[in-house]
Amino acid sequence: MENNENAQKIELSQFIVVKLGVEQYGINIQYVQNIVRMINITRVPKAPYYIKGVVNLRGDIIPVMSIRLKFDMEEDIQTDSTRIIFVKLEGNEIGLIVDEVKEVIQLSEADIDNISRESHEEKDAYVFGVGKIGESLVTLLNIEELIKVNDPLKV
Amino acid sequence: MDVSQYLEIFIDESKEHLQSLNTCLLALENKPNDKDLINEVFRSAHTLKGMAATMGFKRMNQLTHDMENVLSEIRLGNMSIDPVLLDTMFKCLDALEQYVESIVQTGNEGENEYKAIIEALNAALNGEKKPAEVAVEAEAVLSQDVITGEAVNERKHQTLVFTDFERHAVVQAKKENLKSFGVTIYLSEGCVLKSARAFIIFRTLEKLGSIIKSSPAVQDIEDEKFEYDFSVVVVSSEGEDKFLKELGNIAEVEKVLIDEVDLETAITAPISDEDDQRDEDEEEQKGRTKDSDSKSTNKPVTNRTVRVDIERLDTLMNLVSELIIIKNGLLTVENTNTNFSEQIEYLERITTNLHDAVMKVRMVPIERVFNRFPRLIRDLSRKLNKQMVLHMSGEETELDRTVIDEIGDPLVHLIRNAGDHGLETPDTRVRSGKDATGNVYLKAYQDGNNVVIEVGEDGAGIDVTKVKNKAINSGAISYDQASTMNDQEIIELLFRPSFSTADKISDVSGRGVGLDVVKTKIEALGGDIEVKTTLGKGSTFIIRLPLTLAIIQALMVQLNEEKYAIPLNSIQNIEDVKISDIKYIQGSEVINLRGRVIPIIRLHDKLDLQVADENKTSITVVIVNKGDKLAGFVVDSLIGQQEIVIKTLGKYLTNLKMIAGATILGDGEVALILDVNSLV
Repeated sequence: MENNENAQKIELSQFIVVKLGVEQYGINIQYVQNIVRMINITRVPKAPYYIKGVVNLRGDIIPVMSIRLKFDMEEDIQTDSTRIIFVKLEGNEIGLIVDEVKEVIQLSEADIDNISRESHEEKDAYVFGVGKIGESLVTLLNIEELIKVNDPLKV
Repeated sequence: MDVSQYLEIFIDESKEHLQSLNTCLLALENKPNDKDLINEVFRSAHTLKGMAATMGFKRMNQLTHDMENVLSEIRLGNMSIDPVLLDTMFKCLDALEQYVESIVQTGNEGENEYKAIIEALNAALNGEKKPAEVAVEAEAVLSQDVITGEAVNERKHQTLVFTDFERHAVVQAKKENLKSFGVTIYLSEGCVLKSARAFIIFRTLEKLGSIIKSSPAVQDIEDEKFEYDFSVVVVSSEGEDKFLKELGNIAEVEKVLIDEVDLETAITAPISDEDDQRDEDEEEQKGRTKDSDSKSTNKPVTNRTVRVDIERLDTLMNLVSELIIIKNGLLTVENTNTNFSEQIEYLERITTNLHDAVMKVRMVPIERVFNRFPRLIRDLSRKLNKQMVLHMSGEETELDRTVIDEIGDPLVHLIRNAGDHGLETPDTRVRSGKDATGNVYLKAYQDGNNVVIEVGEDGAGIDVTKVKNKAINSGAISYDQASTMNDQEIIELLFRPSFSTADKISDVSGRGVGLDVVKTKIEALGGDIEVKTTLGKGSTFIIRLPLTLAIIQALMVQLNEEKYAIPLNSIQNIEDVKISDIKYIQGSEVINLRGRVIPIIRLHDKLDLQVADENKTSITVVIVNKGDKLAGFVVDSLIGQQEIVIKTLGKYLTNLKMIAGATILGDGEVALILDVNSLV
């Protein structure tokens, strides 16, 4: 249900294009709060493997997730262009580590192909479509699924 | 006229008036002819009526109006107060509370007219003695409605709407030879702390498989936005029986309905087709109206407020002015000869005072929670046919507002337990040489940095042997385990999930409800609970809660490159221990410190750290306590004592047992705070 609403909202919307390895991914700009250079991350013991730890962002403590680890890619290598993108959804804020932030693009619904869900990889749950800009393709991330809190309840 | 801006004031004042009505009526029960009390009750009811009318709450106005009529007659001496009438009055108050609650939740008073109560009031006016039971009937009818509503399709999971993604997950599971089940779970009505109970159920389900869908949404369940049932879809390798068995073992689960998901008949939400989508939405909305408009209206329309003494605000204001002065002082510190460290000391003094002042603003006397208990005891006493008296003390003890809001339910639970399990029946009491009237004690006081709340009673006390046998019979512990446990450890078994010693189940308590949930709740507030009991003399539950939640004194320690904070109030002392002094008991490390054997906990292992230097001759051990238990944390080095501000790690990292939160250090780095209770 929510997936669908999400899909409707994005007719003509802006995406931030980021790089992970050689692939390009798009993050809907409406979720993005902030983009910062790599800062010191405090490891949190026993956290899920893809949570690198927590950071202090202007006095707030926010967890940081490695998309690479979540996608079963090799570990992040920190470079000058590494960035943390902070996204916020329903009051939950989380940082996502990316190799590089490239540009902001605008896509209309016609530029987006909803991908079929035949594939078996878990990773595909976090993708809702592929955007076309000229010749190159951008995998559009389903932020909602990506940062979903997995623990069913807290007391 | 738009009165919405007065809504908050209305709610606050209504609650105050209802409280005072409750208190006065209770007093009237003992002194039915006290003119002052009757006048007071009349005034409160009158004000309440006026307020409800102004705000346009017609039903509430009607009810208070009828109540006032009766009170007016009593005041004039034309009628006298009798127990039947008082019961009706109490029913009125309950109904009014329902109205107010509904206003808090949705902004309007709801549909219920409580005709039965109004009739009973009018009957009293006409001199008939119509018992208050009528009112009870009305409630019964209501709940019946709910039941017949559910009978239409109790297997609610069959009507769940699947999204493409969830459908995909089911297909995927089938390919991997896993089964998908739709499960609907009904909690027993009257279950307190529903969300905590649901949490336990979710945890059980996750042990058996993975949950791919839940209705209502997980967030809503967490916020207790559900009736007494919820449905989930689970993918698992286990069979139905296993589910029924595991879920059936959880206390307060009334009924579990389970079916394998059949995608052919399952309703799917189409993704691409817009029209269909809209239809679906409408349908869903229709469905939702049954759950009383779950999403939009369930959010409380008012903000949470605290009433603050103006003096406290003045103090705050003064401190802020001082803060500005010190800021100006610091700006000129280079040009003048004033000592920099002097200024810093001054600043430190102000921030400490400021912290105190702000904390005081957040503090509310515990009276707010306590004052509904006399009524609770009265009702309990009626229901259980046991005479009991409540003795309260320390109502003026102050606690943080957030704690006050949360502590009510656990306390209600403990008091019910005290009345139901704790106190014996009057004849048993007389036979064992006690007064027929039982005593329930409720005490609050401050103890250092903690607030202690004690719920006690002079009943039979907990029979350790009985608990032990029960635990062995129910398979909670083995016979061998039982023989090595001391009394205190056995009593602590009571806090395990689904454990009850009551021989028979009453509608007050005894279904294994509670103590585990109470404990979970109190631990979530950063406190702990213990029980002291003497057979034949009664038992006391002792709750300790931290005075402040936001700022604590902590000891900063170093482990490899990482810094951690240990709350100072749980630290006993710090010792340098020679490696050669470490002994082994059953394979675990202990030290003998001044005659006490203390287990050693290697924080490096617990926190997944590499041990840097294996060849040390001595280690630094921080001795911490959890209640009476001691344990020693091994750390690399000590950094020092510091005042830290506690921040949460956010939703993504809530299930981490060992970490209580995080704090930001002077250099902007984040340090984690260790949760001593779960590490020991």
